[in-house]
Amino acid sequence: MNLFIVNYIIGLVLQFEAVFLTFPIIVGLCYREYQCCAAYAITAVICLVLGFVLRRRPPTADNLYLREGFVAVALSWISLSIFGALPFVITGEIPNFIDALFETVSGFTTTGASILPEVEGLSYANIFWRSFTHWIGGMGVFIFMLAILPLAGAHSMNLMRAESPGPSVGKFLPKVRDTAIVLYAIYIGLTLIGMTAFLIGGMNLFEALTMIFGTVGTGGFGIYNDSAASFTPLQQNLITIFMILSGVNYNVYFCIIYGRLKEIFSFEEVRTYFGIILFSGFVISWDIRHFYPTVGERLRHAFFQVGSIITTSGFSTVDFDAWPQLSKNILVILMFIGACAGSTGGGMKVSRILILIKSVQEELRRIIHPHLIRKKHFDNEVLSEETLRSTNAFTAIYFLLFFVSVLLVGMDELDFTTNFTAVAATINNIGPGLSLVGPAHNFGVYSYFSKCILIFDMLAGRLELFPMLILFMPSCWRKY
Amino acid sequence: MNIIIVGCGRVAFTLVEQLINENHNITVIDIDEKKVQYFTEELDVMGIVGNGTDYQTLLRAGIEHTNLLIAVTDIDEHNLLCCVMAKRLEFCKTIARVRNPIYNTETGFLRRELGLSLIINPELIAASEIARTFQFPSEIRIDTFTRGRIELLHFKVTANCLLNNYPLKYIRSRLKCNVLVCIVTRDDDIFIPDINFVFQEGDAIVVTATPADADAFFLKIGIHTNRAQTAMIVGGGTLGFYLARRLSDVGIHTKVIESDSKRCDELCELLPNTDIINGDGMDERLLIKEGLGKVDAFTALTGIDEENVLLSLYAKKISKGKIVTKIKRTYYSAVISNMQLDSVIFPSFLTADYITKYVRSMNQTSDGNMENIFKLENGRAEALEFFIYEPSLVTDTPIAQLRLKNDLIICSITRNGKLIIPTGQDEFKVGDVVIIITTRSRFYDIKDIVKR
Repeated sequence: MNLFIVNYIIGLVLQFEAVFLTFPIIVGLCYREYQCCAAYAITAVICLVLGFVLRRRPPTADNLYLREGFVAVALSWISLSIFGALPFVITGEIPNFIDALFETVSGFTTTGASILPEVEGLSYANIFWRSFTHWIGGMGVFIFMLAILPLAGAHSMNLMRAESPGPSVGKFLPKVRDTAIVLYAIYIGLTLIGMTAFLIGGMNLFEALTMIFGTVGTGGFGIYNDSAASFTPLQQNLITIFMILSGVNYNVYFCIIYGRLKEIFSFEEVRTYFGIILFSGFVISWDIRHFYPTVGERLRHAFFQVGSIITTSGFSTVDFDAWPQLSKNILVILMFIGACAGSTGGGMKVSRILILIKSVQEELRRIIHPHLIRKKHFDNEVLSEETLRSTNAFTAIYFLLFFVSVLLVGMDELDFTTNFTAVAATINNIGPGLSLVGPAHNFGVYSYFSKCILIFDMLAGRLELFPMLILFMPSCWRKY
Repeated sequence: MNIIIVGCGRVAFTLVEQLINENHNITVIDIDEKKVQYFTEELDVMGIVGNGTDYQTLLRAGIEHTNLLIAVTDIDEHNLLCCVMAKRLEFCKTIARVRNPIYNTETGFLRRELGLSLIINPELIAASEIARTFQFPSEIRIDTFTRGRIELLHFKVTANCLLNNYPLKYIRSRLKCNVLVCIVTRDDDIFIPDINFVFQEGDAIVVTATPADADAFFLKIGIHTNRAQTAMIVGGGTLGFYLARRLSDVGIHTKVIESDSKRCDELCELLPNTDIINGDGMDERLLIKEGLGKVDAFTALTGIDEENVLLSLYAKKISKGKIVTKIKRTYYSAVISNMQLDSVIFPSFLTADYITKYVRSMNQTSDGNMENIFKLENGRAEALEFFIYEPSLVTDTPIAQLRLKNDLIICSITRNGKLIIPTGQDEFKVGDVVIIITTRSRFYDIKDIVKR
């Protein structure tokens, strides 16, 4: 383990965070919340100074191998969250540090689970920062760094690999940096288009900004107590559209930009993703027919909730905890499926589910024809053993972590639905679960110990498990 | 520039390392998934698994936005086919590696007819490099360009050199040497000498000449070239063959030691003027018997790097001649640089350098009938290569009668593969490749060289 390069990278990330922290200061100045500005300024200075301290020794050799990449990403996300939580504590609006950390991790990992019963009580700067963390965490800090800094070299790919969601991380363009730039360009483009749409839809600038951060980052922090319920139907539909668009594999947008329109229909994953959304949306809108009088209302609520859960955003227009059991079951299943690989969403990813289903088919076929030789295809390409192995490993670890977490948070003696969906909602970066952690409630019911478990789950879920888990491998820390 | 490299071998790796530093976007293609993976993990490139001659694979690699395709797989025919495909499909420039000596004699034909930009033969490049080391002392630096057709010899005029205070016009008339002085650097001033120029001590001079003329010239002006008269080559592979042929062409008495008797027979047929000795090159007695102690130049070109190193170390103990060691694996370079070996040659480095040079020149070529630009003297002078496609006001007229612009010199004419160092009586013909060296103006067309 080369700790120098890890320190150096954490230093860099902290300095970037200092830059990000200037945005809430601007918001604070606009709304004359000078106390908040001071809190953010103090945090920014701490980040900046600590960044310089960590970076005082430039790395001698650029031996940033996969191990260092994973550890650097995991530790950077932890430090990012710790320092991002400071303003909440300093302003006193979330006085307890664990609570503030939960809120910030929930922000950076684009979960959107909150411990606050009253969001509207927060100052504008804090609300803005909460939503802005979604936007930063959505595409990822490292991709941002790679796009801006000439950290060139093949090894910087290891950082991207550790941060990007999906079973196999590819590049659109030969260079890591160009790929990162294109990714961020798409991300910013989507943000700007969405924001314009929201403004036209009648939101004010602050609403449009914070809501679009939560939407394209697939985060889900609302700015009102009732999440997205108080927006007009048009605004809710706009949010639905942009949530679903943000859950699409960014390869599709890349193909659109580069004029390869024929290819966009060839993505098996994206077709399945839309298929699932349409299917679940219609089934739920039928299932909730007794709740809402008009078809339009049923469709709007059904698709908003489906889009919100499958993209792992976690906004809500209604308390879906009150919905019939079938709808709730569908939503819980959608929590696990998650969005497309290569998007800002969380969950297991549609492509992994597809690969797993194909493996199951394969196993069954092998029982019928024991000597059959067949390769599984995905997007017209043969699936490599490597991808299969890592998908299987991911699934195994995912469920192991899931059940261990359910067991641990079970010590709070809450009901099973609460525990099960709380872990599902955090590990998949969704936000609200059912029962006591449903859309109308919050995670404040849990003890600090359980909150720590859930914080870990959120980070592990966002970073695709391995970077967080590798921190617990003793051999990872050995020099040799 | 967007570059596709087909084949992920040693040369490709070195090449990518060099080209990445010059900010090119590189995509590599190979059939072997493991090799592609190694490349994408170690270098900032995009990897595509597939066959380079497959149109779909080329499309996935983005051939439509590619400026250059370099084919360096192990199979010559595969490389050529790749390049032809790419050329026909998207009109990008193409470079193919072709090793088989059978194709080597037809390089020009192949290149022209298949529309390739460059055909490289690593063994041939390595052979020329070794031959050059044998022929010239270290005071003379040699630059090769335009696909190895022409050599520029750099040297400094010293106090006891004949050229000190010698007028340029006497070189042809009194020394009777057919050499062309292209560029002179004096006190940080760079210029093309005119007919009244007088050399001074300290001038750095660039001349061009055919190898035989160059020899005679250096002998006459008193730069002792300590040219090897005899040479010994251990290993009669392709490289050994190229080198032996090259050396016997310039009149160096060469012995090739080869253990395979069948190969010896072949070599005898191919190299009538060379002594072919059938025996184990690692056998000290044989080497001594064949005169290792008295030979002027020795090189070990067996297929095994370790043998080459040991042989060279042994030869160094016995002989006072120049010794060149060939090493295939580039990983050894760190260890070998610590050893007491005179000069070491890595064919894959040479090949990669050669291609990189070409890519650099490609960057600067624009429209017009200019084929290539080469930077000389740290970019302060340029060598421009033109192909004459059609008759114009500069063709079929003796050069002396053309009203040429200042600051340029016609360095060479290549006609049907033969190099001509031009004098005033020569003229351009359609189909010639002309090289012009200039210090100032940029030209885009061969017609730009005359005053309007």
